Amino acid sequence: MKIDRRSFLSLGIGVAAGTALSPLPWKLTDDLSIWTQNWPWTPVPEIGETSHVNSVCTLCPGGCGISVRKIEGRGVKIEGMTGHPVNQGGICALGLSGLQLLYGPTRIKTPLRRIGKRGEDRWEKISWEQAISEIAEKLDVLRTSGNSHTIAGIAGSRQGTVSQLFKRFLTAYGSPNFFHTPSCVDTYQLAFQYMNGVSGAPGFDLENADVILSFGSGLLDGWGSPVRMFKANTAWRKANAHVIQIEPRLSRTAAKADRWIAINPGTEAALALGVSHVLIKELLFDKEFVDSHTDGFESFVTSKGEMKKGFRQTVLENYSPETVARITGIDPSAIILLAREFAKAKAPLALCGKGQGIIPGSLAEAMAVHALNALVGSVNRKGGVFPMPETEIQVWHEVAMDSVAAVGINQTNLIGAPPNSPCGTNQIPAAILSGKGYPLNALFVLESNPLYTMADSKTVRDAFDKIPFLVSLSSFMDETARYADIVLPNHIYLERIEDAPAPTGFPKPVISLSKPVFKPQFNTKHAGDTLILLAKEMGGAVADAFPWDNFEACLEEVMGDKMKTLQEKGFWVDSDAAIPDWKAAFKTPSGKFQFSPAEATLGFVPVAIEGDSTFPLLLIPYETMRMAGGYIANPPFMTKTVEDTILKLNDSFIEINPKTAQSNQLSEGDFVVVQTSRGQARGRVHLEEGIMPGVIALPRGLGHTAYDGYIANKGINANQLIGPVQDPVSGLDAAWGIRAKLSKA
Amino acid sequence: MSELDGKSQTVSEIVVSSAHGQSGKEGGSGGVIVLFFFVGLVASLIVGWVLFPKALYSQKKQPIDFNHTLHNGLVGNGCESCHFFREDGSYSGVPKLAQCIECHEEAQSSDPEEIKFVEQFVKKEIEVPWLVYARQPDCVFFSHAAHVKSANMDCATCHGPIGESEHMKLYQQNRITGYSRNIWGENIVGIKKNTWDRMKMDDCSECHQKQKVLLGSVQTQKEGCFVCHK
Ligand code: SF4
Repeated sequence: MKIDRRSFLSLGIGVAAGTALSPLPWKLTDDLSIWTQNWPWTPVPEIGETSHVNSVCTLCPGGCGISVRKIEGRGVKIEGMTGHPVNQGGICALGLSGLQLLYGPTRIKTPLRRIGKRGEDRWEKISWEQAISEIAEKLDVLRTSGNSHTIAGIAGSRQGTVSQLFKRFLTAYGSPNFFHTPSCVDTYQLAFQYMNGVSGAPGFDLENADVILSFGSGLLDGWGSPVRMFKANTAWRKANAHVIQIEPRLSRTAAKADRWIAINPGTEAALALGVSHVLIKELLFDKEFVDSHTDGFESFVTSKGEMKKGFRQTVLENYSPETVARITGIDPSAIILLAREFAKAKAPLALCGKGQGIIPGSLAEAMAVHALNALVGSVNRKGGVFPMPETEIQVWHEVAMDSVAAVGINQTNLIGAPPNSPCGTNQIPAAILSGKGYPLNALFVLESNPLYTMADSKTVRDAFDKIPFLVSLSSFMDETARYADIVLPNHIYLERIEDAPAPTGFPKPVISLSKPVFKPQFNTKHAGDTLILLAKEMGGAVADAFPWDNFEACLEEVMGDKMKTLQEKGFWVDSDAAIPDWKAAFKTPSGKFQFSPAEATLGFVPVAIEGDSTFPLLLIPYETMRMAGGYIANPPFMTKTVEDTILKLNDSFIEINPKTAQSNQLSEGDFVVVQTSRGQARGRVHLEEGIMPGVIALPRGLGHTAYDGYIANKGINANQLIGPVQDPVSGLDAAWGIRAKLSKA
Repeated sequence: MSELDGKSQTVSEIVVSSAHGQSGKEGGSGGVIVLFFFVGLVASLIVGWVLFPKALYSQKKQPIDFNHTLHNGLVGNGCESCHFFREDGSYSGVPKLAQCIECHEEAQSSDPEEIKFVEQFVKKEIEVPWLVYARQPDCVFFSHAAHVKSANMDCATCHGPIGESEHMKLYQQNRITGYSRNIWGENIVGIKKNTWDRMKMDDCSECHQKQKVLLGSVQTQKEGCFVCHK
């Protein structure tokens, strides 16, 4: 008997065999893997009672129904609401991250008065009573001195009872200066007004279309009601519909489309007219519709006795495939094929509004695209586009104006536009700085962040510097709130009752009800209540226009019997609303669809974007579903999903074609300074085959200077580099980009 | 040539000598090797089968020894009398004090457990920290309504005949995962005799796969993961 090394080896083998034959390793493997999922620093909700509250997401104009899961009262998850007509149970990354906005560090916790310099972020806390009475006093002084028209309001949304209440406040006070954040909806509305004779937000019956020709609309990048668009895309795939994306850059929409056609930026209208040319020349258009229900197709004599060219002649003379090819950079044969495919479809539908449609865009372009739809009969029919019937969503009693208000409201507004003209919010900074009109004495900003979202942030700030009194009704310490003199923090959407009407582009009238899913986390107030309190504090006719005890009472009154359905189901759909057919649809003087309206000429009018030949490149901003680029800034969850070819550490990447990079002696990751006539910024380049040579791109949603440490000071704010360009007819911002240059940093 | 021959001779010598060496030691350490092998084998089998399961779980007593049989005899609606569905269809789980108080504002017997319950919890209005045998981790979404209401399953199918127990069994907690032993099952190898012996994901899918045709079970379709893990 000799114990040696081999005995111990044998012992080891025995242990190994025994262990393998016992449950230990297998059970331990399982347990260890579970252990890794239960590390103490992994946040897990408390154990407790689960409940769900249905509400609506108002973080974008999508209007998705949501269902919030709570455990012992604390929100743990936001999900899409099953059975909601708009999103049918789906949700997007922003909607999903809503709880980070509720609980995150960027909320304003109490009313604040500025004590430092503007934008310095030094505040003193004040009570609501103090805040309201201070503002009321200021407003009173202005009003009694006959300056009621010198205050203005900018609201984030043009719809909804809170926005209307805001407008009502200005009316009762005596100011014509209610503005909202405009979008491509405003341009569409105008196109409808001229061509259909009916104003209304656009409804797109996308689910029933079979060839979708998108002139740069980010169908899967947040255009319209984003989740609905994802669902529509699924439906298109199942139904073998064709999506054709026209865009200078390989966006996600372009990547997922059946065909992507790269086009010189800003020349989309020319392509739409080129396609019309082929349709007319090859007699592929809907003859029945054009013959019986349209006007201005053939040349005609105006009431002044002048000969005016009709749509047919204009298009045949000026927009042959060869001409259009020169403008757009697309092959003539591709244009012809595109037109034939479009005409062959049962339900072809063309749409515009670049990216998410946050820039209103060129009216001529919207009209060219709308005319193309009319040529194939895709207006006011299944699978087509139509102005949504203007149902009276809210019913208000008239404001009884006192003499001051009556005088004030009839003044021209800040930008010198007559009443009911499109909302030229983009013209405010220039109007203030030019000093031509009257000076603005106070500005109220409700759920919007013009200092970040408006083009040319620096000019906007210069203009704001001229306004002596700036009040923000934001929930978050955004750029504008930080620049304000007084901040009246609003409840966030999960804490308040509110109506969310008409999701953008949705073809049925829908209103959803936002409910207070959570008790207010901080000393905030519903903006509706704040306005009512302010009106009451002012007294007199202003107070009389606000007879409600609180916003909820106001909402109940203006919603009427819809309120019951809203409370019970969470949404209300106007099931009686039908699309008026061709015979009844058009309210133009001739009662027909108008190809050649008197107000605006159809044709390709290039948007005069800024910059001269010293700027050899074209900078286009773009939008993505992974970045919130509006009033709401990215919550941390979303920023986590941004690729590091877009943002790495704190640097933005500027997308550039390898050829362009080469001729500028740039390679992947190089630090550069991008410069435009409006400003400059430092970033890095990312080489990408999917962008046209000569074009560079930056996403919207980065480069915040306010909010919280998760999003501030990351990357470049594309808006700061771009100047607004007024559309010659609508006056709305039509700037799709700006000329730029790059230099190595 | 001669060099090669020389080499081959050396190799054969080595072979022979090593063979010789082996046979020489056979009587000496062969037995020891086998013995050591078996010692290792048996020891590790004991560790794996007996000591490990004991060491893996800590044992905790329930704060109150609850008698299901007794209560079941007194209430009118079986399990659902106390483990009920709320109006919105969600499941209430283990009863809260508020429900118990309906009958137990005062002790109804001289049972020491009941008296303890009334004195320590009811009077002080403290929720009983029950240890839940069937608690699934937070990453699992489970709907009782779908199973009990829609699919008409018995509580016992997953929970066993717990309604017939007179005492609460010891709660065993896995020291590594923190889960209740009932999730993996009493049997350390994971063998089960009854449907309620284990509650791991495999056990869910076993039933769902079997019932697929019958129920059109969503969990087995595309995006099925997100039905339970959301
Ligand atoms: S699409 Fe818009 S409304 Fe819908 S969940 Fe996302 S952010 Fe909310």
